[in-house]
Amino acid sequence: MNNTIKQVFRSPKFLVGFIIFSMILLTAVIYPVIVRDPPLAILGQGTFFEPGVYVSTFDTFQAKRYKLDLEDAATKRIAARLGPQERQDLKAWLVTAGVPEASIDTSDTTALMDLWVNTYDPAKSEGMTSAKRNYYERLDLSLKGILGTEGVIIATTNAETGLLEESDSFARDDFVNLNQIPVVRVLPLGTDNFGRDMLTELIAATRTSLLIGFVAGIVATSIGLILGLMAGYIGGIVDDFIMFVTNLFTVIPSFVLLILISFSIGQESRGAFTIAVVIGLTSWVWTTRAVRAQVFSLRNRDHVNLSKLSGHSIFRIMLKDILPYIASYVVMALILQISSGILAEAALSILGLGPKTTEVPTLGLMMNWAMIYSAHVTGKWWAYIPVLVDIALVSFSMNLMNTGLDQVFNPALRE
Amino acid sequence: MKGYRQYFLKKLGWLMVTFVFAFMLNFILPRLMPGDPVAVITQKVTQGMTSQAGVTKIYEEYSELFGTKKPLLDQFVLYITNVAQGNFGISFSQYPRPVADIIGDAIWWTIWLQFPAILIGWLIGNILGALAAYLKGGFDKVLMPSSIFLSNFPAFGMAVILLVVFGITLKWLPLSGGYGFDQIPNMSWEFVWSVFLHYQLPFWSIVIISIGGQAIGMRSMAIYELNADYVKYSRFLGIKDQKIIAYVFRNAMLPQVTGLALSIATMVGGALVAEIIFSYPGLGNTMIKAITGQDYPLISGVTLIVTLMVLVANFLIELIYGLIDPRIKATQAD
Repeated sequence: MNNTIKQVFRSPKFLVGFIIFSMILLTAVIYPVIVRDPPLAILGQGTFFEPGVYVSTFDTFQAKRYKLDLEDAATKRIAARLGPQERQDLKAWLVTAGVPEASIDTSDTTALMDLWVNTYDPAKSEGMTSAKRNYYERLDLSLKGILGTEGVIIATTNAETGLLEESDSFARDDFVNLNQIPVVRVLPLGTDNFGRDMLTELIAATRTSLLIGFVAGIVATSIGLILGLMAGYIGGIVDDFIMFVTNLFTVIPSFVLLILISFSIGQESRGAFTIAVVIGLTSWVWTTRAVRAQVFSLRNRDHVNLSKLSGHSIFRIMLKDILPYIASYVVMALILQISSGILAEAALSILGLGPKTTEVPTLGLMMNWAMIYSAHVTGKWWAYIPVLVDIALVSFSMNLMNTGLDQVFNPALRE
Repeated sequence: MKGYRQYFLKKLGWLMVTFVFAFMLNFILPRLMPGDPVAVITQKVTQGMTSQAGVTKIYEEYSELFGTKKPLLDQFVLYITNVAQGNFGISFSQYPRPVADIIGDAIWWTIWLQFPAILIGWLIGNILGALAAYLKGGFDKVLMPSSIFLSNFPAFGMAVILLVVFGITLKWLPLSGGYGFDQIPNMSWEFVWSVFLHYQLPFWSIVIISIGGQAIGMRSMAIYELNADYVKYSRFLGIKDQKIIAYVFRNAMLPQVTGLALSIATMVGGALVAEIIFSYPGLGNTMIKAITGQDYPLISGVTLIVTLMVLVANFLIELIYGLIDPRIKATQAD
């Protein structure tokens, strides 16, 4: 046994898969211990906040101020103000004003700005619609505003008179130290369409999905193992019957059964556990076939016959003389079942037949939400790419482990 | 041809049996569940209604329509007679369109999308797998992990990625639907071109997904065959490598054909979800509309048709297998 495990870990494929999987599993277990936020708590008052560090504006006003003299501050502000669209607009104006197109480099902010400041003249905007002309004037004004030196005034309403009174002011070279600001929230993956912290949600979802996969895998493998053992060892009419049923369920798409059952159960009683069991109940055919084939080749071995002659019960023979020989196979089947269970849940959720949405997130539900709120069309990559990467990594790592095991136990496939 | 006829009849019989069974499941499964579907439907229809008598009347009418008050056996007979006449009932969500009409519109999109895609994916996968087994080395080292990755990547994930890359970022291809919004189905070149463009993304997402699993299967089959005695013997005899490869490919192909028959059910399931991502006007999209609309007759109709499609595809593959498997040919000669 020890030797087998050593051998398994020497397979590079298994090792890589195992490391990836362990890391996902560890994150899913440890992260909730450290970050105790409920995964479905709604933080953001709005949809799809970008990933980043969120600093309380109020606190930055209160915090201690430092003067820093940074030369490139204005350039950076200009660069942030000028999106790709604005740069194109500036270029378009400059070209109509007679500047040769080749000399304009939209990616060089300083040069573009110099050119703009030197050339721009509202009078030259001839032949443009007035909306366009006004747009350029506004753009020019806001750019000049950034280039200026005046600060910003903070005013508060006087409770008695109702008038605004200056309470504070900022200069352009005022800075605060991020470490001194009490309320800062890091959202490494932003928020989703409901304003929930994507990272916390994703990790909770990974955990639920792994559990769903695990339950589905256990159910499917147990059914498959029992039916396969019975069909393979007992043979005869039992075998005929089991194989008949198995063949039926091989050609009838399990996906269809899954949809029918999930829909019939109804939204209210569709918990994560129920879904897992249903997935397990519809995906045992492959294990049954494989186990039966293996048992078939084992049942006439000498040690099995000897056991039979000694009068051991069928149950004991299966447990002691057959099961150990197919154990590696069953483990491999289990790994595949877990991974396909996770994928089945995801597919069901996309169809809107996933687990009830109010209790726990699953990877499929997160994907479904992102799709419903068209995160992919509006470019909110953080709402679906991490989910996809997560699903892919989980199933990739498990299948890599499976291939590794296959190569260890099946010498013909070794390199 | 006697042997093949026997084989054909056997497979045809099996098709019948599986269909009857699938048909029964389609009928029984929803009825086994606790709760009264008619009550749920009535509740939806009568939302906001205050008259209790009215609600009761609607409930009665629906139970009459679906025959839920009758014994199960009578219901089954009613169901069979209806389906045999192509009558799947009236859709709730797209009232008053008959379900058969909705499915009739959607099914050809799905068939023309999925079966070519699965076949081409299967072919490419097999060729790559055989090459990996034969060439080994670097090619194998790259192909294997990427195949494992692809074969376990969900079809909807591939659909989303292709959509974002080619549809949104590069803007090469349209995002959704089966043809342009500005088009009315007709036989003009413009329309055909629009359909062709809309076909690309769903098609390739299914193809890419199917490649992985097939490549892995073919690779291990081909490795197994390459180590077989007849290959070594042929080498001793000095038969050309190319000729040997052809033998190996043919032998390794046979289990792959069976493999296609066995996995087509899973593939169709994944591809249906991929359709949804692109709002392709096929059965996948009909299905999700039916589910969101709690459209019971439509769901039941779509699941039955998808099952039938898979069973027939399976049957056809088995028939082709019978033609190319020398063992069945041998029984024909007897």
